[in-house]
Amino acid sequence: MKSLRFYAILYLIFLYAPIALLPVFAFNDATIIAFPLTGFTTQWFTELPQIPALIDSVKNSLYIAVITALLSTLLGICASRAAAKYTFPLKKPIMGFIMVPLVLPEIIVAVSLLVILLQLGLSLGAWTVIMGHVLICTPFCIAILNSAFQNLDPSLEEAAIDLGESTWSTFRLITLPLVSPAIISALLISFTISLDEFIIAFFLTGTEPTLPVYLWSQLRFPARIPVVMALGTILVAGSVVLLIIAEIMRRRGLRRAGLKDSGGFL
Amino acid sequence: MTALIDLKNINKYYADYHALRDVSLEIAQGEFFSLLGPSGCGKTTLLRTIAGFEAPSDGTLHIAGVDMNGVPANARPTNMVFQSYAIFPHLSVSENVGFGLRKSALSASDKMNSVEQALEMVGLDGFGGRAAHALSGGQRQRVALARALILKPKVLLLDEPLSALDKKLREQMQSELRRLQRQVGITFILVTHDQEEALIMSDRVAVMFDGEIAQLADPQTLYKRPVSSKVGDFIGVMNFLPATVDNAQKITLDVAGLGPVTIDPEQAPSGAQTGAAQIGIRPEMMSLLFDGEPDRGQMTHATIKDRAYYGDMTYYDVSIKDVAQPITISMKNIIGRPVLEIGQATRVSWDARSLVLFSD
Amino acid sequence: MLDQVSGVRAPLAGLLNTESKKGLALIGVPFGYVILMLAVPLAAILLISFWTQDFQTFDTTPTLNNYREAVTDPLYRELLFRSIRIAGLVTLVTVLLAFPIAYFISFHVAPSRKSLWLFLITIPFWTSYLIRVFLWKVILGFNGVLNSGLQGIGIIEEPLTFILYNANAVVITLAHAFAPFAILPIFVALEKIDRSLLEASQDLGETKLSTFFRVTLPLAMPGVVAAVLIVFIPTIGDYVTPRLVGGPDGLMIANMIQVQFLRLNNAPMGATLAVIAMLSVSFIALIFVALNHRFLRGPR
Repeated sequence: MKSLRFYAILYLIFLYAPIALLPVFAFNDATIIAFPLTGFTTQWFTELPQIPALIDSVKNSLYIAVITALLSTLLGICASRAAAKYTFPLKKPIMGFIMVPLVLPEIIVAVSLLVILLQLGLSLGAWTVIMGHVLICTPFCIAILNSAFQNLDPSLEEAAIDLGESTWSTFRLITLPLVSPAIISALLISFTISLDEFIIAFFLTGTEPTLPVYLWSQLRFPARIPVVMALGTILVAGSVVLLIIAEIMRRRGLRRAGLKDSGGFL
Repeated sequence: MTALIDLKNINKYYADYHALRDVSLEIAQGEFFSLLGPSGCGKTTLLRTIAGFEAPSDGTLHIAGVDMNGVPANARPTNMVFQSYAIFPHLSVSENVGFGLRKSALSASDKMNSVEQALEMVGLDGFGGRAAHALSGGQRQRVALARALILKPKVLLLDEPLSALDKKLREQMQSELRRLQRQVGITFILVTHDQEEALIMSDRVAVMFDGEIAQLADPQTLYKRPVSSKVGDFIGVMNFLPATVDNAQKITLDVAGLGPVTIDPEQAPSGAQTGAAQIGIRPEMMSLLFDGEPDRGQMTHATIKDRAYYGDMTYYDVSIKDVAQPITISMKNIIGRPVLEIGQATRVSWDARSLVLFSD
Repeated sequence: MLDQVSGVRAPLAGLLNTESKKGLALIGVPFGYVILMLAVPLAAILLISFWTQDFQTFDTTPTLNNYREAVTDPLYRELLFRSIRIAGLVTLVTVLLAFPIAYFISFHVAPSRKSLWLFLITIPFWTSYLIRVFLWKVILGFNGVLNSGLQGIGIIEEPLTFILYNANAVVITLAHAFAPFAILPIFVALEKIDRSLLEASQDLGETKLSTFFRVTLPLAMPGVVAAVLIVFIPTIGDYVTPRLVGGPDGLMIANMIQVQFLRLNNAPMGATLAVIAMLSVSFIALIFVALNHRFLRGPR
């Protein structure tokens, strides 16, 4: 149907329009974000590395994102494997509960964590942010890893055992390689989520902000906006690249196992 | 000589479900042995118990005289070909076949040679470098075989290995497996629901229903002397006719449609008792006589109710004298033999020696 | 089942055999984490809502004062209802706009291209939410992209003022942000519909349009319900969008919760508002699911 296709194209434009503006104005030689465009410049980009607070927040964010990715993927592997391979009492409620952070408003998560951490007398810092991020990233990892583990033919592991391997070497030689594309996807997705996440970081960060929190602090200064645009351009471009890699990995994983594409992570 | 595999009083429960009921079994070295039965009869459970993937709730299992209690699957002298073949998709054919050699003390070149030999043995020479996911079903099965046999197990376990193949390929693989077993000389234990397959390939077959062994015998005995009507019906096609036993010692009976007859004791594998019973007779054990053919053997009359042409045979459903239920008679389609029409009255020739008496 | 240690009698094999134990041990790690990091804090929030705070110290005598205040003070009531209204509007707009796209991808895109379309649609979702909200502020502003663009082309003379720093801006921004959330569940539900059902309907005399309303839509309802919940629940608790583009009239409950916690040092009040918000959301969600239950029964 022609009109549906037209609608779909319009919709895509609507989805991408704001992001498309980023590079447009990041290279624009003006401090006000408005049409008409005035001229080409790269000064906003060159300014970026010269802001110490910005660089620190980037380092902090990367540190948090890497650890979050590792921890959430690990938890995701435990949960997905348990779900795919074993039956145990209360399986459905337990799995449901682990996935709850997906549908909770993030402010509730942030606020309740803050309360507990303060009560425990823990100081806020990178690790408190990591704890919050792992909570919301794990359900995503589980969603990605679940189908990978479920698509594993159980007789593959039995065959390995039959041929003399132990449970651990079976996991290492057979299960992990077959699941590795999904693992990489999970790592990349949780890394991206953590890097971009604002509200939990806002509540749980100490004196060293993450990149989004730093960004937030700059938004009230009109003069900083073009720099923010430049930063945003880099962030979005980076996220897109990571996502494309994650998608390629996911498709490769499907091909390796000889399965059909059902269309995406969720 | 002690049996290679010795199962005694094996019981297996899944919660309340009694999957294996007091199964005892001995399998000799070098035998091609089949476990045959319908889905859910416990044959796969029994196979997996021998392999070590299921633990019996009760009973003992000895392989080559060693008690397997507490011995995990990866330490048993058995190897298995799985129903889905379980070829590792991320490894090449050689890597698959050589997988079990990883921990062995062989040098790398020795391992390579073993892999080559194993591939040759199953007819896949030169396939070593292929990726596992690029193989056809029949090729995968051969890789699974090579992968298991390369470890020189005492017993090869096969879980419905041919069910995923189409008919032609299946028949080909049946003779291949038989040849392979004779060549390698080890015990094969095959699980299947296809009775033709079991009869063609095996030295002995254990027919299982509902977790129990109904009959354990060689194919001929199973076919000719089934111990119950259930076994008789499962193996091949069998006609059943009601009968009354008049004399249990001399075994004289009156069979509906066929009249009075005396049979030998070996034709009553589960014994004879006076009273109601039934007899079984195979379709090929009776003949339909055509116009002009002289009477022979025992005779009775019948009317053709239906017929089915199979190329080499024609199967007729006939109604014998006063028996309501039609029986099946098969006739080879040889030159000169006319095809009988539906509704036609014919003479039926039969032999008392082909009857089997069932008390159930 | 991979029961490697043989010789275990299993009359209790249902409840806690070795398999179940392994499974429980494995799931225990992530489950324990979630209990610790979510259940316990949520319980703490509930607890605190019954306390009062004086600067830095807590008075732990249980009291319903916070709840009384939250329910009677018109400020909080208005804020809660506004949040529900805005979230409801966002959900309506988002789901209505999402359904045609999901339908398009499911029915009018070649199977080999479907995951590409889904990928394209979800990419914006994975980029920084903060940046996207900020971009909308930039677009909808008085001297922003939309106004300067429209003025430049000559469509309007004066800049539009109704599009920023109010509830409209919040709705536009959130609808944009949550679009993929709505598309995916509807798409999944549509994909599951057996196409031969639609052919059968037309064979029995229905037009394409009536087939859609009598067969497709009812069968897609589980996906629509999921989409509604997936958009409504997080939207109602959003903080960033109302803060950046909402102006004074577009603030939502999350902003007030933040204010209570971080500025007014009134954690109990913040907790109370959080509890009330969660309860309202659960209540609305349950009602919505109940109303649609006859679509949600049946085979998957």
